[in-house]
Amino acid sequence: MAKLPDRRPETLGGYIVHGVPFPVETDPDSLAFLKQMAPLQIEQDYKITYLHSYGQDSPWFAAASNKKLLASRDPESGYAYATPRGHDMYSGKETEWIDITETPAHIHAFTVCYFGSEEFLPETPFVLCQIEFEGINTLFLARLFGVDPNEPSLDWIGMEVKPRFLRNSKLKPTDVYFLPA
Amino acid sequence: MRPVYALSGGVSKFAKTRQDKNFQAVTKEAYDYAIQDLEIDFPTFTSIVDGSVASYFSDHFTRQLMAAIMAQDYLGLCPKPSHRVEGGGATGGICFQEVWKSIASGHMDVCVAYGFETMSHVETWKGNEFIALASDVSWDYPVGGFYSGYYAMMVTRHMKEFGTTVEQMAHVSVKNHINAFSNPYAQKRNRYSIEDVRNAVMVAWPLTRLDICVMSDGAAATILASEEGVKKLEAAGAKIPRPLVKVTGIGRGTDAMRMSDRPHVDYDTFMQDYATEQEKADDGTRKYYKGLWKKGTRYPGVHSFRAGRTAGNMAYKHAGISDPLEELDFVELHDAYTSSEIQTYEDLGLCRYGEGGPFAESGKAHLSGIDYGVQLPEKPVCPVNPSGGLIACGHPVGATGLMQAVFALWQLQGTIKKHFDDDALQVKNAKRGAIHSHAGTGTYVTVSILEQEV
Repeated sequence: MAKLPDRRPETLGGYIVHGVPFPVETDPDSLAFLKQMAPLQIEQDYKITYLHSYGQDSPWFAAASNKKLLASRDPESGYAYATPRGHDMYSGKETEWIDITETPAHIHAFTVCYFGSEEFLPETPFVLCQIEFEGINTLFLARLFGVDPNEPSLDWIGMEVKPRFLRNSKLKPTDVYFLPA
Repeated sequence: MRPVYALSGGVSKFAKTRQDKNFQAVTKEAYDYAIQDLEIDFPTFTSIVDGSVASYFSDHFTRQLMAAIMAQDYLGLCPKPSHRVEGGGATGGICFQEVWKSIASGHMDVCVAYGFETMSHVETWKGNEFIALASDVSWDYPVGGFYSGYYAMMVTRHMKEFGTTVEQMAHVSVKNHINAFSNPYAQKRNRYSIEDVRNAVMVAWPLTRLDICVMSDGAAATILASEEGVKKLEAAGAKIPRPLVKVTGIGRGTDAMRMSDRPHVDYDTFMQDYATEQEKADDGTRKYYKGLWKKGTRYPGVHSFRAGRTAGNMAYKHAGISDPLEELDFVELHDAYTSSEIQTYEDLGLCRYGEGGPFAESGKAHLSGIDYGVQLPEKPVCPVNPSGGLIACGHPVGATGLMQAVFALWQLQGTIKKHFDDDALQVKNAKRGAIHSHAGTGTYVTVSILEQEV
């Protein structure tokens, strides 16, 4: 019978720290002194690739990749959502798709982000805005281009805008962005 | 429902980083303080307390699932019943109310709410990313997920519709930072001027770095009890100040995760479903709101929080409050942003919708006897965030709503000097106060009313 390993294989790298200060003897005075020790910190990586489903909202992304902007609407009340919902929040009924690509649109609210989450830091400064569409009851969060991010103005609110689509779809809501009309 | 009393509380030092201890040990700081303030020893309290509710927001920050049970374990509370609650920034407020329910229902006599967050384990930009994951990851996060950006969008609309100014927002920052100057638990204890706030680094226009709360490590704990619980604790030697502080009202509201989806209702719907009793009864206010709607205002849109209004109305009804500005002696509210403090003045009925900006600079929300370095045209009526709020104290999310409860309790016990070693922040003759905890872009909001028992 082969000899079973009695040591865990060791490698350089990972969480190994060399020469951590520690008392030579573990007498009571030395152990008590450990209460004054500064905390040790190590790095922990955490990376995950998710398989994210857009579920019932998937047609919106298919439309955007084909340069069409969809919204959803309660077929009876006509209450319409610029950011689509599969079911109406008032009737509870399934909504229908409508095309709002050519619907007049305006800036409802905006900001310029000069700082941001790690994922978007390379894109700063960028303009976030809420878009309102004529005849549509709710808003749509998007990026705004064609304005100077270093000269923000409340006058941008109410500005007429038009959608533009990425030529190469990423299947993200940013496949559509807006420009002054 | 049985009467519920808030008996004691504790808050750890809030700091940018607490690497000296892990989250369990930081939570124990707050928990032990709450027990010691009852002048009862740890084993005796442990033998009496029936259970707990734990509050923390993000599994990402700790990179630890089921962190709550680790705190429960470290506090020596196993095998007593417990559960974790989570509702974004309102997690602490929800926790407080769940403890209230445990006692009011008769399920427990003594129950502790504890909460914590350790946000220092990642860099600020990664922390912002974690927080932004509390926005719809299909529709909002990918566009540029950043909560300061979301709130900045809200306030540009508020400014456009109501004429709110950046200087009015800066007044909130000055007030809260200067209040925190006398609060030893606060993370930021600085005196700033309006100019300092406006000249600070721009983060998301028009919000500067001093318009926005900071990330923190910290914990807080509050002990609540029924009348029977008070008797049990006192029989075991606890010293509980009189008059007792009773939780007389709780309210909670919600709204759509995506702020794009919030409705824009007409005047009649607003008056019927959302107006405060005071607003409904006042001819001048009805006329004022008709004027706003005539100019195009719709409710709540992105400028207001109907979850906050719903929570406030519910809590006021529960506590029998009809005029919150006059009937509350102070409010600790969720000022993650100066702009959201202004929005919340309106939601809580401290002023009318659209008048939060002038209210911020009026002096009504300031404390007496403190030099804010600004001209305030009116006398204090209802100090808001006498502790310094989130902007100055910090915002370790799961602890924040409980921190508000502890500071409110100390105000009502008249023990601010005992706990802060300074009575500058003690609201004189404080009989009744409100705490307000707020999540997301206004998705969950809690309001709880605490008052001295008559």
